[in-house]
Amino acid sequence: MLVLLAIVIGAFFAGGIFCVLRRSLMKLIIGIILLSQGANLLVFTAGGLTQQRPAFINGTEAQLAGQADALPQALVLTAIVIGFGLVVFSVSLLLKAYRSVGGDDINAFNQTDSIS
Amino acid sequence: MIWLLASILIPFVTALACLVTSHTQRLTRAIGVTGAVALLVVSILLLHDTLINGYVIMQAGDWPAPFGITLIADVLSAAMVCITGIIAVCVALYSLRDIEERLVRSNYFALFHLLLMGVVGAFITGDLFNLYVWFEVMLLASFVLITMGGQRDQLEGGVKYLVINLVSSVFFLSGVGLIYGKLGTLNMADIALRLQEAPDALLVNSSAMLLLAAFGIKAALFPFFFWLPASYHTPSVAISALFAGLLTKVGVYALIRAYTLIFHSQFEVVQTILIALAAGTMITGVLGAAAHYNIRKILSFHIVSQIGYMIMGLAIGTSLAIAGAIFYTLHHIIVKTNLFLIGGLIMRKCGSEELKQIGGLYKWAPWLALLFFIPAFSLGGIPPLSGFWAKYSVVKAGLDAEHYILVACALLVGVMTLYSMTKIWAEAFWKAQPETAEQTEETPPSKTKLSATLILPCVAMAVITVFIGLWSAPLFSLAEAASEQLLNPQDYINAVMTDRGMEEQYVMVK
Repeated sequence: MLVLLAIVIGAFFAGGIFCVLRRSLMKLIIGIILLSQGANLLVFTAGGLTQQRPAFINGTEAQLAGQADALPQALVLTAIVIGFGLVVFSVSLLLKAYRSVGGDDINAFNQTDSIS
Repeated sequence: MIWLLASILIPFVTALACLVTSHTQRLTRAIGVTGAVALLVVSILLLHDTLINGYVIMQAGDWPAPFGITLIADVLSAAMVCITGIIAVCVALYSLRDIEERLVRSNYFALFHLLLMGVVGAFITGDLFNLYVWFEVMLLASFVLITMGGQRDQLEGGVKYLVINLVSSVFFLSGVGLIYGKLGTLNMADIALRLQEAPDALLVNSSAMLLLAAFGIKAALFPFFFWLPASYHTPSVAISALFAGLLTKVGVYALIRAYTLIFHSQFEVVQTILIALAAGTMITGVLGAAAHYNIRKILSFHIVSQIGYMIMGLAIGTSLAIAGAIFYTLHHIIVKTNLFLIGGLIMRKCGSEELKQIGGLYKWAPWLALLFFIPAFSLGGIPPLSGFWAKYSVVKAGLDAEHYILVACALLVGVMTLYSMTKIWAEAFWKAQPETAEQTEETPPSKTKLSATLILPCVAMAVITVFIGLWSAPLFSLAEAASEQLLNPQDYINAVMTDRGMEEQYVMVK
């Protein structure tokens, strides 16, 4: 399971970086989404995976030792919400920028860098 | 403790009040300025409190240290919050006239205060994940602020700013996740404690580098700075002044905190990297500035080069060097914000910020020339002004620690900074006005009257600059107190780990 997740995270990051480095605005968005999901999955996995343990125990069993750590899950939840907000904002900003610059090509975004 | 909470709550409440009153502009503007003044007052009280008690700590929800979120202000945090308050008041006043009605209507002041909340939160948090959350609060507000004008340049600059900052957030989050995986804690003091004791603490650096990259992007360090000059000159003057003063310095603060507290046991491992980054940042920033002829672009590149000095102080790592870095940061926030605001005044007078299209301002507005002279030459490090003491202490620390190449870079960059400042001076003030513009004799630029709310913040900050220059001792002893605390992370760790919440147990420094 750990190996599988590691490969998936790697694929997310690789795909994300690949898409961000393309010249299209659409792929930029996809790349950002992949990267942020990859990071969420990484936090989740790095927090430690616990398999086949009930999330809740009844009061008599006092064995907390092998239980899943709830903190990384809470962190990931926060990060997902933040990431969602950021993605929504970036999609709307990129749409506006697309209309104003008039093209999907990121190479057209060179006005603010130029030496005037 | 109450001031600690208030310094986050005041911007939050002000932002809400601005949102509620967004239909009556006058009220929104009044609330915006009042909130900023209230933040300044509270931040001064917080600074006073930390100077007396050493550390002001609040455990959120009264959970003891490693389990809950700790809010903590030491002298460095409180000083940064205090300077944030000063900038908030000045920029809010300037915004009254500078920000168009349209932008106030789309909740400029609410976003302004949400940004301040993020900045202040980042300064006073004692928890790594909480720092991430405050960064995001700050970033979301700044994304909207930088693009809210809706012009092509702003959208374009906004896209660059957005994408690189999202990437930095991904780095930050990954780093936080991996550190939690390795250490099982996110409380800064607790991380530092565990790293001190662990025999294989060296291994944490593989994930700590992600944080270095993330903070480096926010602080506009050498290989990561390209987004800054591409975006900071696009929004309204007040917005870019606020960004120039505060946002990159949050990155610098995070770096200082990371390598004096969280990873202080790993400082030797990264010292060489930090030195290289500092030298690269100083040099590339100042060379970029030399190539440009747009006032705010020149100033943006100078943010980059000045960040290099602060990181230089951190990288040298002696007591004097860190005090110098803190002094530099505090002085730089005032001076750079002021330069952006004055750049805005020049723009208003001449109708352009391209140096090639303007000139002759000295004839029309000698007082503006004087006003520009003070922060500009303070930035260059001319002796009686605040920049001299900042540069002097960093360079002296470098010489003491025998980092001669770094010191040579710093001195060279100082000269180059003067070159850029004299370039603006010569082009905007001394050169005759170019004849190309139709408005030559009939409408000289001086006919554009500047209102008092635009000038007052600039004058106030110029006075602070001169004041720091002539009486640098109080601020420097503040910086020294902060540096002494930073170099004794054990006190910080003890203060956080033994604090028992509501008992309001303050721990004295020595």
